Amino acid sequence: MSSAFVQMLQAVLLLLLAPLATGFVATCKARLQNRRGADVMQPWRNLRKLFGKEVVMAAHASWIFRTAPYVVFTATVMAASVGPALLVDTPLSLTADVIALVALLALARFFLALAGMDIGTAFGGMGASREMTFAALAEPAMLMSIFVLSLGAHSTNLTTMINHTLNSPFALHPSLAFAMVAMLMIAVAENGRIPIDNPGTHLELTMIHEAMILEYSGRHLALMEWAAMVKLMLFATLIADLFMPWGMTTDASLVGVAVAFALWIAKLAGLLLALAVIETSLAKLRLFEVPEYLSGAFVIAFLGLLSYYMLEVGA
Amino acid sequence: MSAALIQQLVDGLAALMLLTSFALLAQHRMLSVLNWFAAQGVLLAVTAAVVAYGTDNNELYISAVMTFLLKGLLLPWLLWRVIRELHVHREVEPLMNTTLTMLVALGVTLFAFHIIQPIEKISQLMTRDSMAIATACVLLGMLMMITRRKAITQVVGFLAVENSLFFAAIGSTNGMPLVVEIGIAFDVLIAALIFGLFFFQIRDTFDSLEVDAMNAHLIHGDDEE
Repeated sequence: MSSAFVQMLQAVLLLLLAPLATGFVATCKARLQNRRGADVMQPWRNLRKLFGKEVVMAAHASWIFRTAPYVVFTATVMAASVGPALLVDTPLSLTADVIALVALLALARFFLALAGMDIGTAFGGMGASREMTFAALAEPAMLMSIFVLSLGAHSTNLTTMINHTLNSPFALHPSLAFAMVAMLMIAVAENGRIPIDNPGTHLELTMIHEAMILEYSGRHLALMEWAAMVKLMLFATLIADLFMPWGMTTDASLVGVAVAFALWIAKLAGLLLALAVIETSLAKLRLFEVPEYLSGAFVIAFLGLLSYYMLEVGA
Repeated sequence: MSAALIQQLVDGLAALMLLTSFALLAQHRMLSVLNWFAAQGVLLAVTAAVVAYGTDNNELYISAVMTFLLKGLLLPWLLWRVIRELHVHREVEPLMNTTLTMLVALGVTLFAFHIIQPIEKISQLMTRDSMAIATACVLLGMLMMITRRKAITQVVGFLAVENSLFFAAIGSTNGMPLVVEIGIAFDVLIAALIFGLFFFQIRDTFDSLEVDAMNAHLIHGDDEE
């Protein structure tokens, strides 16, 4: 198989599997809470239903409100499709720079917040303001935790970083453990999962993500929700890429890709299951405690950076 | 186990040590402060045991066991009893907010790293990397003593400083002579007992464990009479 084909394949897989991943988390959560719950295909059914519905729009919605779903969806899918998932060295791997990735996600978030404010409802503006406040704290922490890995690999390019991890001999790296904990905390926050935001909430006062997309309907809502699902998938893949890339294939042979695919699914399932357990066992934080949580993540990432210099450079 | 793996293990434990120091600073509740303090004691004992294994130093095993019993179990239990008797469960508010304290703590850690760097270069020990972290932990313990209002948290800060000094001793000299260590251990134990008695006395005299209340009483006490 050519590497371009594998690149296409993994982008399509990310897109198609994203609703299944969200469904998997929901099912696991339901089982953990002694409910039967819907099966993993439910998010797909929801999306199909939403795509078939008519779009209802507020009278004073501007062009921003109409284009935002497309921008958000495209930016998220672009970020998801350039990142390596199966094959380490893809034709687009030069684009797979972590800073560019974070920038694409920031673009998506910017339009999401604009759309939330555009319609002029109180909840949209409130959600947008919260989202931006937390993003301002989460982004530096995320970059800081990725920089811990970049320091070792001397690059912020995902492919180079993965190659570095794959080629270095096994060793205990306290700095990577710190970086991974920080990254997991940020991933939970960025995807609006339970200690920070409740994806299943119907109470407007506690909403963050949902508050911004309250006014959307039909295919616009479907795109927004699908983008959120892809984002969850992207973070899970990113964590698997950065901290446990073992099994990713370096050549585009059929066997290599098949093994990488199986391992990728296993890693994703593990991470998503962990997410379901976390969501079941923790209560939602009070809104004013979220900055403390995020600055905690930043401090842990910074500790990773410090312990890299203190313990691993000279050794 | 190879020497390289032991060194990595010691490094990992040092990193965890730094983490516990930060965690102690970040806690609001007395009970979680004590839990982290106990974790730090256990960590110290594990470090001593690993270094003992790496250097074939049998005396360090004894001090590892002693550390575990004293700092992992006895001291946290004593302090736990005190907070249960005195009903202080929350550190109401530290002098600075948590985020600011954390930023200061990061700065302090950087400073410790900076001043230890030249010393690290001349050391040949396998534990040389942990010296910077031990220094940082000493400073973080002091920071905890400065930024907290309650007498108990200040004492925990003091004991954390002692923990880090022990860690520094393991790191820089592969442990002090056993006699010295036993002496220090008993000093710490007696100190903790005396602190415990003091807490009750302070509460009886000032109706509060806040250090500010004591200050106010001592400075303005005469004027009010």
